[in-house]
Amino acid sequence: MTTRPTPITGPLTRERLLDAYRRMKTIREFEERLHVEIQTGSIPGFTHLYSGQEAVAVGVCESLATNDYIVSTHRGHGHCIAKGCDIGGMMKEIYGRADGLCKGKGGSMHIADFSKGMLGANAIVGGGPPIAVGAAIACRNRGDGSVSIAFGGDGSANQGTVFEAMNLAVVLKVPAIFVYENNGYAEHTGASYAVGSNNITTRSAAFGMPAERCDGADFFAVHATMERALAHCRAGHGPYTIEAMTTRFYGHFEGDPQLYRAKDEVRAQRESMDCLKRFAADAGQHGISPADLESIDSEVLLAIDAAVSEAREAAPPAEADLLTDVYVSY
Amino acid sequence: MPQKSMRDAINDALHIEMARDPRVIVLGEDVSGGAGGTSGEREASGGIFGITKGLLPKFGAERVIDTPISESAIMGAAAGAALAGLRPVAELMFADFVGVSLDQIFNQMAKFRYMFGGKTTCPVVVRLAMGAGMNMGAQHSQTIYPMLAAVPGLKVVVPSNAYDAKGLMLTALRDDDPVMFFEHKALYPRKCEVPDGDYTIRFGEASLVREGEHVTVVALARMVTFAEKAIDALAADGITCDLIDPRTVSPLDIDTILESVENTGRLVIADESPPRCSIASDIAAMVAQRGFRSLKAPIQMVTAPHTPVPFARELERAYVPSPQRIEQAIRLVMKESA
Repeated sequence: MTTRPTPITGPLTRERLLDAYRRMKTIREFEERLHVEIQTGSIPGFTHLYSGQEAVAVGVCESLATNDYIVSTHRGHGHCIAKGCDIGGMMKEIYGRADGLCKGKGGSMHIADFSKGMLGANAIVGGGPPIAVGAAIACRNRGDGSVSIAFGGDGSANQGTVFEAMNLAVVLKVPAIFVYENNGYAEHTGASYAVGSNNITTRSAAFGMPAERCDGADFFAVHATMERALAHCRAGHGPYTIEAMTTRFYGHFEGDPQLYRAKDEVRAQRESMDCLKRFAADAGQHGISPADLESIDSEVLLAIDAAVSEAREAAPPAEADLLTDVYVSY
Repeated sequence: MPQKSMRDAINDALHIEMARDPRVIVLGEDVSGGAGGTSGEREASGGIFGITKGLLPKFGAERVIDTPISESAIMGAAAGAALAGLRPVAELMFADFVGVSLDQIFNQMAKFRYMFGGKTTCPVVVRLAMGAGMNMGAQHSQTIYPMLAAVPGLKVVVPSNAYDAKGLMLTALRDDDPVMFFEHKALYPRKCEVPDGDYTIRFGEASLVREGEHVTVVALARMVTFAEKAIDALAADGITCDLIDPRTVSPLDIDTILESVENTGRLVIADESPPRCSIASDIAAMVAQRGFRSLKAPIQMVTAPHTPVPFARELERAYVPSPQRIEQAIRLVMKESA
């Protein structure tokens, strides 16, 4: 799984769909495995899982090229995998190992891979969108048709930085795509309470850009919406907004007792809003058999196993690394 | 006397003052949690660290206000509510989020009383959870109190234990200036004797945690416990120390520190923040200015390095000043003055 050297257009071929499925399945299994590993105490810190939202990351990133940028959030593992980050390097970063993608200095909330156009996850809600707009200025000035994606949750839509970023993108007419993953909750508070208008697209539209809502559990719906956004941005018409309606299958962070959620909510959503099940149900129409998916499933599980064992065995950073990568003279 | 964690001690103080003064309100992200949730549980959180638990059922949604993730608006709304006669407690969750809301803190609430010629006050308490040690990474682990202590108009509190935290919180809630109340996350579960009732601790009054004759050790927040360990380890060698916990860094009780240095002639300062423009460097400068002639050895600062907080366990462990480093610094000032 790598990023594409050039953007891809045209119909979703069987090969592209199999790759998209592989990415979604990889995200799911990566997160499900982390959920188990975290309980063993072997993973330091604070982890926010992306399970349930896979179709958004992959639907958005499927046709992007390496020179397209994404800026991610605290719930960023899915974005990284969708943009082609190496899962071995990610897993080592999450374990805090010396050869993790950020040398163990970043951790789960701060994975970045600039060689893949992944400009970094972010532990500040609303911290990313202004950065994505800056990258979009670079895209515009390069004139190569590249775009910059700002991922954010429903919670981020209530931050002033995000409003400023949207307005700046419109003013500068830069190719920025604001992707709001509305998973229903900002930490422990419902979006129906905290997003006053209960609609993020109307906010974006008020800033002067096209904005669409889509079903975030449906890869095909996210992908089609993204194709319209990309056509708009790559043609130089300025920014675009996508609000993908989705859910998370786990809490805000691992260990969150989720008292704010109805008891059976996640179980029901794992039935009705599972993007992998939805994809599998539609796959036959695209010449993909259950056996095709099963063989991907087993390959993915092996790859995750390998990533976990390598991360477990990998060396921690040396103490001297504490003082590298920063200006220190005191 | 009951044993209470720092978490429960601060929660106690909030309960006491909200019951006593109807002008006190609490606002912030997930201070109750559960608004707009599907379970119908309206106190689904009680604060991400549980500090505001029980307030919503007792005082209601007009006084315990869950907000969207909008730190600028939370800080600004607290400042505005204070101008209009309320006494808000604004929860910032992680201290690092000061970055999102700094204008409302340092250009707005910090300046009102002075800039408006003393015609108003701005009684806001901002609660900030700080500190490394839990591998929460560069944006959730900082101890940024020196940055805010540098701003005239703000008071800055950095408690090291549950007893002090309760008394200082009650003082903060009754103070007419904006108070930045820094709570070290690693200290939340730590227990000590805390009375049930109402008591206050004055700002600008240091606590003398240990008495000794050879070295003055000044330590803040989590570093106080670390300094105690270091001092205990030195007792076998006959080295004894004054351990001073300033408790508030603005105002700062420099007199107590100077008096101690006059007796010991040696100063070690332990501070979890990076070294430049820090409380440690501030205290060192004041002692050099006003207590120079008492000093028998150069002042030693034991601080984090001038780096962001790293994630990996091994790196974070090396980042946070340890009891061993404090012990070494004490031995060094002893050696240099021998």
